[in-house]
Amino acid sequence: MSAEHLHDLTLTVNGVPHPVSVPARRLLSDALRHDIGLTGTHVGCEHGVCGCCTVLLDGQPVRSCLMFAVSARGHEITTVEGLAGPGGELNAVQRAFQECHGLQCGFCTPGFLMTVTALLAENPSPTEDEVVEGISGNLCRCTGYQNIVASVHRAAALMTDGAGEPRP
Amino acid sequence: MTTQLFGQPVERREDPRLLRGEGRYVDDLGRSAAAAAFVRSPHAHARVLDVDVTGALNVDGLLAVYTFEDLPERVAQPLPLLIPHPALTHPRTQYALARDEINHVGEAVVMVVATDRYRAEDAAERVAVTYEPLAPVVGLEQSEAARTLVHADVPGNRGAHMVQQVGDAPAAIAAAPHRLDFRLDIERSASTPLEGRGVYARWDAQDDSLRVYSSTQTPTGVRAAIAAILELADAKVEVIAPDVGGGFGVKIMHPWPEEILVPWAARTLGREVKWTEDRREHFVAANHERAQEQHVSVGFDDEGRILGLDVTFLHDHGAYTPYGIIVPIITSTQLPGPYRLPAYRVEFSSLYTNTVAVTPYRGAGRPQGVFAMERTVDRIAAHLGLDRTEVRARNFVLPDEMPYDLGLIFQDGRPAIYDSGDFPESLRMLKELIDWDGFTAVRAAAAAEGRRLGIGLGCYVEGTGVGPYEGGHVHVETNGRVMVSTGLSTQGQGHETVFAQIVATELGVPMADVHVTTGDTRRFGYAVGTFASRAAVMSGNAIALAARSVRAKAVKVAADALEANPDDMEIVDGVVRVKGSPADAIPLRQVAVLSNPLRYSFSEEAKAATQFAAPADPDEPPIPRGEAPGLESRDYYSPIRSTFANGMHAVIVEVDPDTAEVKVLRYAVVHDCGNLINPRIVEGQIHGGVAQGVAGALYERMAYDEHGQLLNASFMDFLMPYATEVPRIETAHLQTPSPLNPLGIKGAGEAGVIPGAAAIAAAIEDAEGYPIMRMPLSPDDLFRLRREHAEEAAS
Ligand code: FES
Ligand code: FES
Repeated sequence: MSAEHLHDLTLTVNGVPHPVSVPARRLLSDALRHDIGLTGTHVGCEHGVCGCCTVLLDGQPVRSCLMFAVSARGHEITTVEGLAGPGGELNAVQRAFQECHGLQCGFCTPGFLMTVTALLAENPSPTEDEVVEGISGNLCRCTGYQNIVASVHRAAALMTDGAGEPRP
Repeated sequence: MTTQLFGQPVERREDPRLLRGEGRYVDDLGRSAAAAAFVRSPHAHARVLDVDVTGALNVDGLLAVYTFEDLPERVAQPLPLLIPHPALTHPRTQYALARDEINHVGEAVVMVVATDRYRAEDAAERVAVTYEPLAPVVGLEQSEAARTLVHADVPGNRGAHMVQQVGDAPAAIAAAPHRLDFRLDIERSASTPLEGRGVYARWDAQDDSLRVYSSTQTPTGVRAAIAAILELADAKVEVIAPDVGGGFGVKIMHPWPEEILVPWAARTLGREVKWTEDRREHFVAANHERAQEQHVSVGFDDEGRILGLDVTFLHDHGAYTPYGIIVPIITSTQLPGPYRLPAYRVEFSSLYTNTVAVTPYRGAGRPQGVFAMERTVDRIAAHLGLDRTEVRARNFVLPDEMPYDLGLIFQDGRPAIYDSGDFPESLRMLKELIDWDGFTAVRAAAAAEGRRLGIGLGCYVEGTGVGPYEGGHVHVETNGRVMVSTGLSTQGQGHETVFAQIVATELGVPMADVHVTTGDTRRFGYAVGTFASRAAVMSGNAIALAARSVRAKAVKVAADALEANPDDMEIVDGVVRVKGSPADAIPLRQVAVLSNPLRYSFSEEAKAATQFAAPADPDEPPIPRGEAPGLESRDYYSPIRSTFANGMHAVIVEVDPDTAEVKVLRYAVVHDCGNLINPRIVEGQIHGGVAQGVAGALYERMAYDEHGQLLNASFMDFLMPYATEVPRIETAHLQTPSPLNPLGIKGAGEAGVIPGAAAIAAAIEDAEGYPIMRMPLSPDDLFRLRREHAEEAAS
C-alpha cells in the first residue's frame, strides 16, 4: 500500500491557526488531539453517541469524532482549552462544575462543558426540563448527572449575575 | 487557625486541571509513540488453523506483526491466575495472544504495530486468520447442561463449586411453619467506563528500564506482573496510572494481555508503543459481570421471622477465571445483608461459557446477593400479608448485637463480622425520607388519575476496606510543601482532595500546601489497589498514620530547638508553636530543614533555620540510630478484617398501563459509611452508583445471541442511561463510625449500585401486583410478563 495523500490545511482552534497535514480520513477529534496536541477533547466511543468529543464549530456543538479534519477548514473551532481566561481562570461554566461537584473522573467533562456553553448561549435561563434535555446527548458514567444538572443551573445563575460570560 | 478539614464538603483539588482540559489520560500521552491494534476473533469458540500476515506486510507505516508464534517463552505462557481458591478446581486463563483455541468473540489473535492507529488498523484488516468454528456454549442453562464443553478438559463446564453453611438450613426449612421456593435470574452487565483501557510503554535502552502508563486500578500489580513476565527487575519497571476515565472494577483486572504485549513490543522494537482501546474492543475484550441464576428456599414463622435460608446459584464466569471466584464468593457471604439468619446454606457452581470473562464490576456480586435476599423478604411479606418494612425490622441484626459474626468466610479469607451499624434507625430514616406510610394515599391519588404507582425498598450490608494493607508517605519539604503519596490509583473518587483533607487536619497545615500523588510506583511501590470500596479506608488511614508520625517528629524537633516540652506544642497553620505562647514558634518548613543534619543553604529557609539549630553533641552521631533524616514518614494500615458499611434504598416507580414503560419517580437513599471525610464526594459516589443500579435494573444488558455474538457492542445499542433516565436522588446519612480504624470510616464507592435492582424490582412488583423474579426488565419484558399474568388470571 502506498503512502496516503496528505492535505495541507489550517485549522483555527480557539482563535489560533494551526497548520496541519492530514489524510482525508483523519477525524477532527484525532487531528485536534494528536496532530495539534489539544488533548482536552476526549474520545469515548467514536460513533457519535457519548458526546465526550463535543467541540463548537462556529459556536454550534458538534461531535468531532463524526467529522473529518478536512471538513473543518474555514470554521472556527472551540475546544475545552479555549474556555478559561488568559491566566487560566475558570469561566462561569467551569466554576459551576467545580462548585457543584459536576465531575468525577473528568473524562466526559470537556464534552459537557462545550454542550452547556452552547446551551446557555442559546438559552441563558433554562428550566429543569430544558437542562436535562439539553445535556441528554452526553453520557457520564460517574456522576449520575444530578450534580451536572445542578452545575448548569449554577452556571446560568453565575452568568446572569454578570459574574462571568461563557467564553467565547 | 487551621480549620478542621476532615468532614467538610470542600471543593475538589483535581477539578481546575480537569475543567481546563489539562487532565492527562493515557491516550493524551505519547504523541510520537507507535500505535498497536489487535486482530480479534469474530468467533466465540474456534480453533485457529492458520494465521497469514502477508497481506499486511506492505501496508505503509507497518512496524511489526506478532502472532503467538513470535512470543518469547515466558510471554507465551497462560496469563496468571490472580486469586486462586481451593474451590476453584479448574481454573483457566488465556494466552496473551490466542495459541490454538478461541474462547470468546474479541479474544486477541494478532498484534499489529504501525506508525499510527489508522495504519495499524489497515494492517490488522489485512491479516487473514483461518478458523475452524466449534460449537459455542452461551448462557448458564447451556453451560450447566454441558452437552458442549468450553474447555475440553473441564468436565461439566464447572470451574468452581463451593458450599458455605451456618446451622442446618434444610432441616430448619423443613421444620418451619411456612416455606417458599423460587428461582431468580440476573443478566450480564459491565463497568463500561467512558475511557476504555489503554497502555503506553517507553523502553529506555540506555538505562535498561521500562516505564508504562496504564489506565489501571492497580499500578503496583501491573508492575509486578510486567516485571515477572518480561523477566525484568522490579526496580527497572515503573508503572503509572495517570488520570483514569473511570474504572468501576474492570480496571482492577491485571495484567490484561495488552499490558504485557505493549511493553514487550516497546522493548522489542526499541520505541514507544501505545494502545488505546476503542469502544467495540471494550465491549468484547474487557470483562463483564453480574449474570447468575439463583434458586432460593426459605422457611419462616407466622411473624415472618426467617428460620432457614438455602440458596443454590449458578454463576456465569465467562471463558476464563483470571480473577478467581471473588464475585460468587462475595454473593454468598454478603447475601444475608442486615438480617439474622439462624440457619443459612449457600452453594454455587461457577461455570464456563464462551463469552467475555467475568471479574468485579462495582458491587462485585453484592447486587446479585441483595437481589436474592430482598426478593425473599418481599415474598415472605406477600405470603403473610405483612408490611415489607415490618418483616425486615423483625429480622434485623440489632445494634447491641454488634460486632455480629455471620459465621461465614469473607472474600479476604477472614471471618465476616459486622463491625457497626444501626439497621432499625436506618430503616426509620428511610421510611421518613420516602414517606413510606403516606404512600397508600399517594398511590390512591395517582390511581384516581389512571396512573399506576408502586413502592419498594432494598437493604444491604457491604464489606468494605478489605486488606491486606495500603501505605502512605508524607513528606514536609523545606519549602513548606507537604508531599503525600499512596500506591493505589484514582479513577474519579477525588483522592487528591480527601487525602489532602486528612493530612491538613492531622498535621495542622493549610490544605493548599498539601500535594497528593496516587498510583505512581515511582512514589510508592507497595500497594494493593482501588477496589472493594477500600481506598479511603485503607490509604486514608495509612496516610493519617504517616501524618501523625510526621507530626510527632516535627513537634520533637521543634521542641528541641525551642527548648520546650513536646507535650506543650501544637501545629497551627503550618507553624509549630508552644501553646499559649505564639511567639515561641517555628514554621514547619524550617523544622524540615532542622530535621536534616546536612544543611546546605540553598534557600532562605535553610539560612533562617540555622538560628534554631542546637549545637551538636560531638559524642553522638548526627542522626541517632533508628531515626532518619528529613521530616517524613511512611506508614501502613493493615486491618484485622473488613469494615461493613450498610444502606437502604427506597423507590417509587410509575409503570405505564399501555406501554409498560417504567419511570422512577423518587429514589431515596439512607447510607452509613461511618465518618464522612468529604460529604460532597460521598454523595457523588452514591449518585453515580445509583445511576448504575437503575441502569442495571431497567436498561443495560449484554445481549449475546446463541452463537456467542454480542449483539449490542456499541453505545447505540447498549443502553447506558443519559440524564433523562436517571432519577433525582434524595440522600440521608447515618454515621456509625467503624471501631476498626483510626478514622472511623467505612467504604462508600460501591454502595450506590448495590440494592438498585432489588428495590426497583420490588417497586415494579408493587405496582403490577405479581412477582418480579428477574432483572433487568425492559418495557418489552414487562409487557410480556403482564400478558402472561393476565392470561394466567383469565384461565
Ligand atoms: S467520541 Fe464522539 S460521540 Fe463518543
Ligand atoms: S465524570 Fe467520569 S464519565 Fe463523567
